Amino acid sequence: MTADAGRIGTAGSVRAAAGGRGRQGGKPAWRRALYGKARYLTLAPATLYMAAILGVPLVLAIWYSLTDINTSTYAVRFVGLQNFISLVGNPAFIQALINTAIYGGASTVFTALVGTAMAFVLLPSYRGKPVIRFIMMLPWTIPIPLSLVGWQWIFQPQFSVINWIAQQMGVMSSPGVQWLGFPDNAMASIIMANVWHNIPFAAIIFVAAVIGIPAELIEAAKVDGAGWWRRLTRVMLPVAAPILLLGLVFNMVFNFTDLTIVYLLTQGGPAGGTEILSYDAFQVGIQDGNLGEGAAITLFLLPFLAFISFLFLRAIRRSRLAMS
Amino acid sequence: MTMATRQATSAAARTAATPAWHRAGMGRRLAERVGRRTVLWLGIAVFVVITGFPVYWMIITALMTNQQLYNPTSFRLWDLPFVFNHVTYLFTQTQYLRWLGNTYLIGAVDAAVTLAIGIPAAYGLARMRLRGAQTIAVLLFMTYLISPSLLFIPLSKVLATLGLINSDWGLMLVYPTITIPFCTWLLTGFFASLPKDLEDAAKVDGCGTWGAVWRVVLPLSQAGILTVVIFAFTLTMQDFIYMLSFISSSQLMPVNLGVVTQLIRGDIFYWGSLMAGALIAGLPIAIIYNMFLDKFVSGLTRGAIK
Repeated sequence: MTADAGRIGTAGSVRAAAGGRGRQGGKPAWRRALYGKARYLTLAPATLYMAAILGVPLVLAIWYSLTDINTSTYAVRFVGLQNFISLVGNPAFIQALINTAIYGGASTVFTALVGTAMAFVLLPSYRGKPVIRFIMMLPWTIPIPLSLVGWQWIFQPQFSVINWIAQQMGVMSSPGVQWLGFPDNAMASIIMANVWHNIPFAAIIFVAAVIGIPAELIEAAKVDGAGWWRRLTRVMLPVAAPILLLGLVFNMVFNFTDLTIVYLLTQGGPAGGTEILSYDAFQVGIQDGNLGEGAAITLFLLPFLAFISFLFLRAIRRSRLAMS
Repeated sequence: MTMATRQATSAAARTAATPAWHRAGMGRRLAERVGRRTVLWLGIAVFVVITGFPVYWMIITALMTNQQLYNPTSFRLWDLPFVFNHVTYLFTQTQYLRWLGNTYLIGAVDAAVTLAIGIPAAYGLARMRLRGAQTIAVLLFMTYLISPSLLFIPLSKVLATLGLINSDWGLMLVYPTITIPFCTWLLTGFFASLPKDLEDAAKVDGCGTWGAVWRVVLPLSQAGILTVVIFAFTLTMQDFIYMLSFISSSQLMPVNLGVVTQLIRGDIFYWGSLMAGALIAGLPIAIIYNMFLDKFVSGLTRGAIK
């Protein structure tokens, strides 16, 4: 049995079933060739499905952005770059572009910092850790629209619990902070809610990265006389980089494209202060029914996503190298 | 006696006078350890409060009376007695049960579709020595970068054309794009880790490839399949943008959409019921997700570690 195992590996299990040469010799060559190619059929459902439900809409998004397609008129006219030109000339849209960069960038940075700090609390073992870990993971494990309901309540102008506590402690004056009432406050608040939701993910990614570093590597570096800084930057970081980059990629996709937080907390914020690209696209494309312009807005996400893909590919390449 | 010898003698005398454990440095090390433990527990406290307090406040709000909720002067961080009128309101005056049912049905269908499409793909990638298997797997994984935020507008038009707008079937059609990449990635790693000998034995016994899969691989894969089912639910329950864009009838809404849109009547937020609705749907999935978190992270970072 084990002798056969060495030969088995291809789906040409004909060889295996024969336990030798027998059956294979009897099959015509075209049959064998077909069976070889037929292995790819297992990928067919997945490929076809993704191409249909993912690929087609993507192409359509580009097509729609070049037309004036909308939900109220039946006729569709090709308008070229008209949508893009009118967007770029619109100060509100430029504001949305800037907001997206600020919100996405700040959320990513703070999530990385706070999440890493939280990881240090998750690395050691201690009594009651499973319960404590469960609590710390709640922002991530509770579906985000549902946990944001809690943040709506926390940021509520009259009944904010943070304000109440601060007022009881005497550190805040009576009407309290209007968390969502001013553009800067609102931006800070949505970043806060975003970071709160994402730090468990950042923490467990960091923990996974650190655990993945072989202890011998660190010991060898110590023996070679490397100080903690050099151990960190020359040994630990390169080995941990693929996982950390992967976590960063997932976090950035969320921070730059998600509209749940803005929809539930600020709806674009006071005076467009938290208007971000994806929410703008939703308002224009779905609420107003202007599909063409909405699609054009979403395409402005592509530069952000292209940069993120670049990071993703670096992570892949690094892990390939780490494998050798 | 010279100065040096006198100093040396008194130093020796001092050494003899101090207890052995202090000389061994145990005191300092103990103090360091206690100090570190204190810092650790301080850090734990900080993060438990940061992550846990909002949820705690949601629970308390769900159980407080409206008088207590809307009265800043009588504010307390907790108060007895607990009331359940928000919860009963949820179940009797809203379509909450309907929303939960919708959510679980959509999740179950998504799990089934994901398994039907993902198992063949994963088995092919893991076992069949397809050329470029690694590249295909990575590409599949990379589709995550094509965010729903890019697709929801054209998809809304496509579903409308197909007559699937404002229908749970529309969501069931679209959700596997979220779950197939990750679950196939997970299953590929899982199948690759199964010992080959058993499949080979089945093939030698005349099963053929698919017989081997059916009789040997799938029964062994119960753990992997369970994991996929769990993540099908956790991933679909995180969605908001698709259900927001496609569903408008309240009885068709999954619970995410129902809770955040239907518990606001006019301008009035029914905060108690909102919190109750969010927690009754959110905490069970959080508990289950928590049990599978390690698998989630290891599945995600599988390619990056080796």
